[in-house]
Amino acid sequence: MSATPLWEVFVRARNGLAHKHVGSVHAADATMALQAARDVYTRRGEGLSLWVVPSNAIIASDPSDRDMLFEPTGSKIYRHPTFYEVPDEVGHM
Amino acid sequence: MATTSITIDETPRVRSFLALADDALILGHRTSEWTGHAPTLEEELALANIALDLIGQARALYQATGYAEDELAYLRDPPQFRNALLAELPNGDFAFTIARLFLVSVASDLLWRGAMGSDDPDLAAIAAKAEKETAYHVRHTAEWLIRLGDGTGESHRRAQDAIETLWAYTGEVTAGIDRAAWLRVVSPILVRATLTQPADGWMQSGGRDGRHTEHLGHLLAEMQILPRSYPGAVW
Repeated sequence: MSATPLWEVFVRARNGLAHKHVGSVHAADATMALQAARDVYTRRGEGLSLWVVPSNAIIASDPSDRDMLFEPTGSKIYRHPTFYEVPDEVGHM
Repeated sequence: MATTSITIDETPRVRSFLALADDALILGHRTSEWTGHAPTLEEELALANIALDLIGQARALYQATGYAEDELAYLRDPPQFRNALLAELPNGDFAFTIARLFLVSVASDLLWRGAMGSDDPDLAAIAAKAEKETAYHVRHTAEWLIRLGDGTGESHRRAQDAIETLWAYTGEVTAGIDRAAWLRVVSPILVRATLTQPADGWMQSGGRDGRHTEHLGHLLAEMQILPRSYPGAVW
């Protein structure tokens, strides 16, 4: 099995939504990866569209960079759009 | 066996539905035997999906006969089953399983396409649903057969052995459809799989008349033991 490539699977559940990562499958090539993704991840009507991507094509952030990359945003609460008064006339947003 | 078998009044309509349904049930049961034994988790689910599709088709067809589906599945003896012999053969290796599913699925797909225009509303409705399922069975097993045939020396040998063993059983499966149309789908896949297509020669038959291989009795014994031993058992 170690020789069988790994693929990341993305499913789009409905029109208008983005493809969402749901897991991975092993398969020898792209065609079989798409079939494996269909058979493993869409058995209960989860999707209308599938993507498979070779796992080694994913460029991931380094876990040791986590503090540098993400920790500073924790103190920047002004980036959240929560400081506006929404006029009553706007109604539900 | 603790319960007696049922008797069926096999009108032509019932008989034709039983042939389709028994093909689906017996091949579905065979395919389900891979559960827990498939080469990879992904293929285990693929085969289980196909098995469930087939058993679902069998249920719909049984229900359309007017008889209780459980009685048809569990309370008939081997001579009462109308499935093609091809469906009941043991799974063999993975190549044999894939090759059989491919050869049968191509025939089923052609059959369902024709049946979608049937005057029988039950058959037309079942065919419309089953055709979508079967089209995927064809695609999945064809892709596997191409990779097995055009794979390693061993996978090629096993796939070629399977095709040669199975070929004499395909006459029964294509009896209700145009065999030339079946070959127009099968032959190009065999070419892509670098497999040699056997010549059409003498064909096995008898399944539609209840003359089965010894394998069906064993399959039914396992499939029927619980409802035969505990009539009316529920989950």
